[in-house]
Amino acid sequence: MHPAPSIIFFTVFSGLGFGMLMFLGLGKPDVSGFTAFVFFAIAYILAVGGLISSTFHLGNPQRALKAFTQWRTSWLSREGCLAVLTLTVMAIYGAGLVFWNVRIGLLGLLGSLLSLLTVIGTSMIYTQIKTVPRWHHWTTPLIFVGYALTGGAMLTNQLHLAIPLLMAIGILQLAAWVIGDKRFAEEGSTIETATGLGHIGKVRMFEAPHSSKNYLMKEMVHVIGRKHASKLRIMGSLLLSLLPLLLLLVVGASHMTVLLAMVMHIAGALTTRWLFFAEAEHTVGLYYGQR
Amino acid sequence: MTQLPAQTEKKLGLVIDLDTCVGCHACVVSCKGWNTENYGAPLSDHSAYGKAPSGTFLNRVHSYEVQPETGHAQTIHFPKSCLHCEDAPCVTVCPTGASYKRVEDGIVLVNESDCIGCGLCAWACPYGARELDASEGVMKKCTLCVDRIYNENLPAEDRKPACVRTCPAGARHFGDLGDENSDVSKLVAERGGFDLMPEQGTKPVNKYLPPRPKDEQIDILAPLLEPVAAEPQGFLGWLDKTLEKL
Repeated sequence: MHPAPSIIFFTVFSGLGFGMLMFLGLGKPDVSGFTAFVFFAIAYILAVGGLISSTFHLGNPQRALKAFTQWRTSWLSREGCLAVLTLTVMAIYGAGLVFWNVRIGLLGLLGSLLSLLTVIGTSMIYTQIKTVPRWHHWTTPLIFVGYALTGGAMLTNQLHLAIPLLMAIGILQLAAWVIGDKRFAEEGSTIETATGLGHIGKVRMFEAPHSSKNYLMKEMVHVIGRKHASKLRIMGSLLLSLLPLLLLLVVGASHMTVLLAMVMHIAGALTTRWLFFAEAEHTVGLYYGQR
Repeated sequence: MTQLPAQTEKKLGLVIDLDTCVGCHACVVSCKGWNTENYGAPLSDHSAYGKAPSGTFLNRVHSYEVQPETGHAQTIHFPKSCLHCEDAPCVTVCPTGASYKRVEDGIVLVNESDCIGCGLCAWACPYGARELDASEGVMKKCTLCVDRIYNENLPAEDRKPACVRTCPAGARHFGDLGDENSDVSKLVAERGGFDLMPEQGTKPVNKYLPPRPKDEQIDILAPLLEPVAAEPQGFLGWLDKTLEKL
């Protein structure tokens, strides 16, 4: 699949923002007044910024409000509704902390839960896509929630949680790659099932229907990006998990190391999210003799 | 509404005969023509005379080579457009309700004034039947020429999809696949029509007819004909033998 920057930014940064809100809703860290304002401002910039970024790839963004109507069947619609609901609940909860020094615990808990559901909603947009076997698997929601929790824990300075989460996300990402590599074959779609000609013999693309790339190939048969996939996997997992862990465990936690660890983790998350799209193979590629 | 109807009154669709299709792309051209001039946003082209021309098409013809275990390979031309699936995954993923499946005839359509161009429906389709128009930013797909098949301003023989009407080989058939007595249903039963990627669970309405088996023998008289001399005769024969000895 085409790794569109707007979608990579959307999933990574809104995930981080909602990850922060999960912790802030639980009163971790227990902040109020101006400190609370700073924490909530960062979370909202990340979450809302990510959501706005997602509209950049739309063909007709002026009609985006219509996307809130089909929550009965569409995960994209559900995710939008959940995001707005979460941001509203957390705004009331945050206002209490910032302006009146009041923590409405139950509202925070609700906001925290809604933040989790929003991230699951984002992940389901991809998980539901059966045509991309790598995504259509339980590892996808786990990865999205894992990233949000890890990034959220680091951004809210919950280091006792961030360290085990950094370990977990590294292992989880590795597992997702190992499982993901086998998914296309597992689902069983081949050029023979795509054309229905397997009963005659081995099928090969003889001539393409068009002389240069079309929308389908640009969007769903993104072969070129996979060239450096294995190198990027190593770099991505180092930045995402191993280097921040080493820094926090060996050098120790100070303002500087936490900041550096955070920057590395986010760079790693952007790299692996790029791979999440670039390595995803869509069944339509079979019609073009590609994957 | 993006909820799929439990059942549709008719299942209008196409039956494509892979035995008859000659790969002339006439259906591609007529589809592009009709659907650019009529229903919805025109199908745009970009850099049409440039280095890398691209454009929106609702129907495309692929060509495949199929190699049996023994014998010669065969070329099979393979037209592909929306299959108007009963369990259309493109419809349920739509966040705005722009994509829908009609209860009366099962045609899957896009209401372009509701489409935000997010592209998720194109991702959800296993067959690559939907293309986002680069000029209009809305999703385009085969409408089964909904503006022809019920159009009383057209002569009766033209009230079928443009691709079917134009096919010079008669490889494309249009009808109600929900009615087992329709011509298309009989054709599917007779020729063993099949679904594309049944493992995707989309239950396509459109069916494909397999190529008929090739004749084992080119002509019944062939075995009676004198075999062509395999050994060269005359001067060439002498040359062959002499060179062999060297």
